[in-house]
This record gives sequence, structure tokens and C-alpha cells, in this order.
Amino acid sequence: MAQRTTEIVTGLFIIAGLAALMFLALQVSGLSPKSDADTYTLYANFNDVGGITPRGKVAMAGVTVGSVKSVTLDRDTFQARVELTIDANVDNIPADSSAVIRTSGLLGEQYIDISIGGDMDSLNAGDTFYSTQSAMNLERLITNFASGK
Amino acid sequence: MDSGAYITLRDVVFSRSGRRIFDGVSLDIPRGKITAIMGPSGTGKTTLLRLIGGQLRPDSGSIVVAGESVPQLKRKALYTLREKMGMLFQSGALFTDLSVFENVAFPLRVHTALPEDMIRDIVLMKLEAVGLRGARRLMPAELSGGMTRRVALARSIALDPELIMYDEPFAGQDPIAMGVLVKLIRDLNLSMGLTSVLVSHDVPESLSICHYACIVADGQIIGEGTPEELRQHPSERVQQFLNGHPDGPVPFHYPADDAGVDWGLGGGSA
Amino acid sequence: MDRIASLGRVGLDVVATVGRAGRFLAGVLTGVSRPSVGFPLLVRQLYSVGVLSLAIVVVSGLFIGMVLGLQGYTILSDYGSEAAIGQMIALTLVRELGPVVTALLFAGRAGSALTAEIGLMKATEQLSSMEMMGVDPLRRVIAPRLWAGFIAMPILAAIFSVVGIWGGMLVGVEWLGVFEGSFWGNMQSSVSFTQDVLNGVIKTVVFGFVFSWIAVFQGYDCVPTSAGISSATTKTVVYSSLAVLGLDFVLTAVMFGDF
Repeated sequence: MAQRTTEIVTGLFIIAGLAALMFLALQVSGLSPKSDADTYTLYANFNDVGGITPRGKVAMAGVTVGSVKSVTLDRDTFQARVELTIDANVDNIPADSSAVIRTSGLLGEQYIDISIGGDMDSLNAGDTFYSTQSAMNLERLITNFASGK
Repeated sequence: MDSGAYITLRDVVFSRSGRRIFDGVSLDIPRGKITAIMGPSGTGKTTLLRLIGGQLRPDSGSIVVAGESVPQLKRKALYTLREKMGMLFQSGALFTDLSVFENVAFPLRVHTALPEDMIRDIVLMKLEAVGLRGARRLMPAELSGGMTRRVALARSIALDPELIMYDEPFAGQDPIAMGVLVKLIRDLNLSMGLTSVLVSHDVPESLSICHYACIVADGQIIGEGTPEELRQHPSERVQQFLNGHPDGPVPFHYPADDAGVDWGLGGGSA
Repeated sequence: MDRIASLGRVGLDVVATVGRAGRFLAGVLTGVSRPSVGFPLLVRQLYSVGVLSLAIVVVSGLFIGMVLGLQGYTILSDYGSEAAIGQMIALTLVRELGPVVTALLFAGRAGSALTAEIGLMKATEQLSSMEMMGVDPLRRVIAPRLWAGFIAMPILAAIFSVVGIWGGMLVGVEWLGVFEGSFWGNMQSSVSFTQDVLNGVIKTVVFGFVFSWIAVFQGYDCVPTSAGISSATTKTVVYSSLAVLGLDFVLTAVMFGDF
């Protein structure tokens, strides 16, 4: 019987470990059991992406709706081309919406905010945002302010 | 074949950490008899058993057990051969986390696929043979030294081996426990026809039960024969060991410089 | 000249030990025992190595999480961003403290016990007698212990992290009044499953393996006397702590370092 008790307790131990890992996955890292098929891709060109990196957040009205997939340089226009992965259930982004780089808090990380336009048409997979607003460069702002321009 | 040698050692040389422990030992251990290997402490008697069991490999020379050359055996064949051997360690070497019953059942569980009730019967039979059937529920820590050795003995005969090796079975035992062990060793040899090898420095007990004995000293066999022949042996060293004289060919003093030098006498420059 | 010779001797010793450890590991891993025999042994070792270490891991995790909560609050509130406390606690625990502190605690609690147990079995000739019974002690005694340490370590580290995060929440949210929604929200938006959680798990797997290897090898290789066992136990704790910290640096550099 002692062996049986040991086995049960050990089984519970392993279950507790798996539960802890599930907790880390779902509650701590916010991983949702959702496959890549449930997303579509949009593009945006920026003059300056600032601190945007792959896996960065894409939000609409403060709600996360996707993430940055890649940041590349367009060799012809010398602009940064950002590939965005957007959740499939957000499929009605107005076509004249613009992508804006914002900072969460004063020193927080930068993310891409989609500010909503008023067009009746929506952006389709593979489309590019017409208007974008580049990262606010704090250093440049301070320089401008200090030199009184 | 039946009366022939079960174990044959030829010119075995073995050294460890630069010290030569055996320097050309040759020995025949007859089948079905009790052979005692005696010698002063530190002459590698236990090492001899480990060589026979294949736990150590000799530098040169041959060791043949039951027709198989032990040093040349592959690991698997060696483990198969060891199922025919039982060894009683000086400390008993019971598994401290298992009860007496489970200790004796251990080799059966590992090497056989017997059903549980048969294992139970065999274990109780073996424990009965050493007189400890009533102690089967105890843990090794609750046993006295003599009982520990008897349980270990029951465990080493659990698989009905052909050979059993006793490593210092009498060391540190009170007279009663010693008497019990002497009786057990003799009975097992008689009833099961076991080839028994006994390593000991307890001369009277060993000579009283063995059919054949040899004395090891300084890496060599200095005398062998039946107990009677040994008592009549002409060698001074054999006589010194058998009778326990404090001084003789084996000197009382460890080799040292001249005493005068150590005490700073005689103008020495110590 | 003597010094150079002794240096050479030390070097040879080290190489010989590493070689023995490697052969020992190969012996343990290649010896596959029958599942019917091996599984109960593994369960028993998992119990004594893992379950019995649970208490120390949970208690330490709780306290470390609470301390992180307090310290984080003090520092972050200077910048008015105490809401970031959740992500700070979670990232610290999942990436670093979870694997490393669990490994150190585990080395002290279970590693020393493993070494001492195996060393004592060697000293009392139990391993030797097993060999003489035709049972390979590497398979019967060592392998279950090695696997148990290997399996228990990630489990314990995951539990440590979770308890730590809970402790941090206790202090941050319940006591210091950080808004619960932003505590979890910040945490979820900054902790990535593949980058942080999985890398943390990989760390614990590596630590668990190295640590169990050191512990069982020191036990198996020890000089079978009481002095030998005590020095082997010390070596287990020292070597596995150093190995864990050193490997942690290497793994962190590979996983999180941007070269």
C-alpha cells in the first residue's frame, strides 16, 4: 500500500507541474490556443520605425489586435516596410485608417496603433496603409525645443 | 568433471595504485568442497574474491570459473555467470531500504519471472534455512551483526548458486554467532553440494570446516593443502601464521631506520 | 619543477574524472531496464527527489515573489509605472530566478541526499553485492535517480515560478494596491510564451540534467569512507551550483543576448 500512496502523490506532483506550466502559458504569457491561420497580413511604410521590432504589439483603440511580423528596408524609397499580422476577426479596418507609432507611457515600449478612418471599404489581406505617422523622436523634440525653433 | 577444479587460477598478477598485490598466484579450487583462503590482513584476500567474481581484472594470468575465462567475458556474459555465484560480503551489504523478506526476494525478482506466491515460498524456505523466518518483516537496521550476515547468506543462496564466496564471515562476531555461521556454512556445503570459498584470518574456525586451505602472504601462496597437511607444514611462515606468534619471519617491527638515528643518539644528523 | 609536475598531475586527474563521468553516463543511459522493473523504481525516486523537495521550493518561491513585489514597487513607483510590476516579476521569475534558484535549492536539498545515499550504498558494499548478484547497479540504482532528478527539476521550477508570481501579486495587488487588471495585462503583453516561458523550461531541463549527473556521479565515484562521502556531498553542492550559474550565463547569452 505504501508504494501505491507514493505513486499517487508522485502522479499529483507531475500534474501540479503540468498545471503550473499551463498557468505560465495561459495566464502569464497570455498565449491563446489559436493558430496562425486565423490572421491576415497588412503592410505599412514608415519614414522612421523607432523602436518597433518583430513581435511588437499592434493595437486599435488600445486593444491588441495583432503583432509586427517583420521590419525591412525598402531599397527604392528608403522607407521602412513593416509587415503586420492582424487577427482575422478584425476584418473591417476602414481603408483610410492610418498606422501610428506610439509609446506606452513615457518610457514604455513602442507599438503600432491603428487610428480609425471613416471609409466604408475595408483593408483586405496584403493591402498597405495609405497614411502612416512615424515614431516621435524624443531626442529631436528636445533639441528643437532647446534651440527655440 | 565432478571432482575436478571449479575455479582455476594460473599465474595471476594484479597490482593496484602501483602496489603489486598478487605476483603469480596459481590455485585450484575443487568442486563441491570448502576451500579456505587465509592470510594476514591486507594481503588482498578480498581482492582475490573480486577477481574471481570479475569485478576486477588481473594484469595477466588466467582465471577460469566453471569453464569460462572470467577476464575475457563481455559484460552480459559476466552477469549471466554471476547468477551462478553467491557472495557474502563482510558487512552483509543488505539493501537498507528493503525489508529482510524483500532483500532475500531481490535476486529472485530480478532474475526470474516466478509468481509472487512461489517467490514467497522460496524466500521463507531460505530464511528458514538460516533460522530467521520469524525476522522477515524487520528492516536491516534492526538486525544484529550476526543476523545481518545470516540474512545476507539467505540472499546469496536464493538462486541456488553453484559457488558461494564468503568474505571474512567470522570477523567481529561473538562466539555464538560464529558457531551458527560455522554450522551454516558446513550444512549448506553438505546439503546443496555448493562449492564454497572462504576468506578469513580466523584460523581455528576456518581449519575446522574446510576441506582444503591455502595461505596467502606477500602476493604469493606460501602454503596449501588439507588442514592436517598445513599443521605439519615445514615453512616457518606458515607455522607463525597458524599459531599466531608475534615475531618470526614476519617481523614485529615495521621496517625502520636504526633506532639510534630516530632518537637522535649516536651523533646522528636527524 | 615539482610545482609544474603537480599542476600536470591535477590536470590529468581532472581529465580522468571527466572521462570517468562520461563513461559512467554512457553506461547509465545505454542500460535500458525493463519498463515493468524500471517504472516503479523511477516513481519511488521521483517521490523522494521531487515531491519531498516541494515544500522548500514552494516556500522559497513564495518569499522570493513577495520580495520581488516589494522591491519592484519601490523602484517602479518612482517612475509612476508601478503597473509594470507584473511584467517585472513574471519576467524575472520565468527567465532567471525560477530556473536558477530552483536548481540551487534542489542541489542543496536533493543533490546532497542523492550523493550521500549512493556513496553510503557504495561504502556498505551494496553496489558491489548487487553486481555480484548479476544486477547492474548503474541500471538499478543510478539510472532511476538520474532520470528522477532530470524530470523533477522542470516541474519544480514551473511550480516555483507560479508560486512566486502569486506571491508577487499578493504583495503588489492585495497589499500595495496595484490595479489587478494592469498587473496581469502588462504581464501578458510582455511575456512571450516561446521566448520567455519555453526558454525558461529549456534552462531547467539543462540544469536538471547536469545537476543529476553530477550528484549521482559524485556518489558513485566517491571514496567509500565516511570522509570520502562527506567530501563527495560537498563537491556535489559546490560543483552543481557552479555549473548551474555558469551554464545559466551561457544559456542566457544564447537565448536573450542580441549579437
